[in-house]
Amino acid sequence: MITELTSTLAEAIPTFQGYVYPNEATLHPVWSTLIVIYPYITGLVAGAFIMASLVRVFNVKALAPVYRLSMLTAFAFLLCAPLPLLFHLGHPERNYEIMMTPHLTSPMAVFGFVYAWYLMAVLLLELWFDFRQDLVKWSEVTPGLQGVLYRALTLGVTDVSEQSVRLDMKMEWILSIVGIPSAFLLHGYVGFIFGSIKANPWWGNVLMPIMFILSAIVSGIALCVFNYLVLTWIRRKTVDMRCLDTMAMFLFYALVVDAVVEALDVLHRGFAAEEGFAVLQTMIREKLFYTLNLGQVIIGTLVPLLLLGSLQLLRRRVPELVRRRMIFGSGAMILIGVLAMRWNVVMGGQFFSKSLRGVMSYKMEFAGQEGWLTSAIIMCLPFVILTVLVKLFLSERLPTSEPSAHGSSAV
Amino acid sequence: MKTRFNRRGALARLGAVLAGVLALPVARTARAAVQNFFTSSNAPRGYDPTEHKWLICLDATKCIGCGLCAEACKKENDVPPGPYYRTWVERYIITKPKPGSAETHGETLVDSPEGGMHGFPECPVPEDQIEQSFFVPKLCNLCEHPPCVQVCPVGATFKAPDGAVLVDKNYCIGCAFCVQACPYGARFLSPVTHTAEKCTLCYHRITRGLKPACVEICPAEARIFGDLKNLQPDDPLRKFYESNRTQVLKPHLGTGPRVLYAGLDEEVR
Repeated sequence: MITELTSTLAEAIPTFQGYVYPNEATLHPVWSTLIVIYPYITGLVAGAFIMASLVRVFNVKALAPVYRLSMLTAFAFLLCAPLPLLFHLGHPERNYEIMMTPHLTSPMAVFGFVYAWYLMAVLLLELWFDFRQDLVKWSEVTPGLQGVLYRALTLGVTDVSEQSVRLDMKMEWILSIVGIPSAFLLHGYVGFIFGSIKANPWWGNVLMPIMFILSAIVSGIALCVFNYLVLTWIRRKTVDMRCLDTMAMFLFYALVVDAVVEALDVLHRGFAAEEGFAVLQTMIREKLFYTLNLGQVIIGTLVPLLLLGSLQLLRRRVPELVRRRMIFGSGAMILIGVLAMRWNVVMGGQFFSKSLRGVMSYKMEFAGQEGWLTSAIIMCLPFVILTVLVKLFLSERLPTSEPSAHGSSAV
Repeated sequence: MKTRFNRRGALARLGAVLAGVLALPVARTARAAVQNFFTSSNAPRGYDPTEHKWLICLDATKCIGCGLCAEACKKENDVPPGPYYRTWVERYIITKPKPGSAETHGETLVDSPEGGMHGFPECPVPEDQIEQSFFVPKLCNLCEHPPCVQVCPVGATFKAPDGAVLVDKNYCIGCAFCVQACPYGARFLSPVTHTAEKCTLCYHRITRGLKPACVEICPAEARIFGDLKNLQPDDPLRKFYESNRTQVLKPHLGTGPRVLYAGLDEEVR
């Protein structure tokens, strides 16, 4: 018993190799699992939105069946995006100060405004314009509370004349166009939170925002693939293969660009081999060995590249069922890989001392503020919200105005 | 039911919303100004930070590694027990190169057990293998361009006109961004207040004409403290920077540290 206890304690107490500054020798890093899932969730939002805007802005008709689902996915995740940030604060009750007295040189302060802009001015508005005429229709046919909810959500604008619908479409298009740079800004800024830390050679990097945006697009499309397939499976509907193949195609291209830029980053670091390169090497070889090489590179990049790439070449020869499974597998692996990438960035940056003379070990806690349980709950929350949203707005029982263009017909 | 819209009404509403949005920053700036005014800095009434420019200099050649400074700091400032230090002492042991190797020196071992608060254990390297060994006191570098201030999302940490970088603990939200941004490891998140903490130069002392606790207690006079705006002709501070070639830590980061060191080695980071 006592030996067990001591060994547990020895594991719980972080061990250090080399020299770390005395203030860095804390039990766990100041940013842990919560800050890992924060950029992950935000990235999923940005990616899902970019995916949706392929339909609206770039007129990719094949993706129309997943338009609403992607928008609702982006919305559900956006609602949860600030939660990890909020929970990790020493004083969560003072969070409003970020908005009330923002310090404008701080990436974190500006993120609050970018977030608010994105939520209020882009996503909510676009969703409203997209759903408005359906809401009017639904409010007329749905009895009870749900009908009242639909009616309330129309905000009193019940005009469904052709002219008004045309205006809705136009507004959606404009908002999508505004939305693309906004989505880039949203996640680019998250990358900048890390990229701007010049004290940390693992983070301080101009490529960081770009890598974050690209991996966000990849993870967002992967999430839409995942959600679409799960939803069709739950509803026992047939999968629109043209839509799925198109998603797989975009996923493949986005993954290629993402992989190239991330490889460029590694090459650049290796070539420049600046101060602290030795300690970064130790991290790649020891501290981040599994999450980086196995999680990020093999599971998150190489295998999906191979699967999706071969589908681009041999699409017609692969039977539908196999194709579906390959695309689903790739999507799921990419989702794991991008999570591993966020881990590698956030935790990797804290596994070595800023004295560049030592590395720390870290054992994840289970419960508590920084435990992985909290993170897991926050990670599940958007899926719960999405389920409610899908039940409310993508219900099979409700008629839609554009049967060919919206998810409910295909899903 | 049809809702009627007209251009004039819509424009008027848009105008109202815009006016509201534009009024927000003004309100925020005003609030920040008020909050700055009431910032708790522990300075006595009447203290004018614009009339001082505090500086602390460190003579690494004089430090004997007794760690009294770290201990005095903990006591004076109620620094929580555990790995939390506003100032600490590092010991550097540079070994001789291996025989036959064409190097100028061997390995560099650095340690700072409990911030050097209780001195240092016996040297782990046999004496005849040591090329150089020295102590380096560390603390907040009083940067001219402090990255910790730059990243604080609410402006709870700020550079006072007298050169001290302070944290308003009643305002800090405890996001730890500044802890990440400080290249010198000089900040920590207090487990007691859950806010960021750091060296204040003993602001409650210096604003009353006293020296910081670490300077006061240093038996080797390795820490020299003074006011650049009120230098005496024979001020130890002036003597220090006139008679020494000084260096700062991590100058390549462009933080402009104001804490000057004498007798640093390239191995010190």
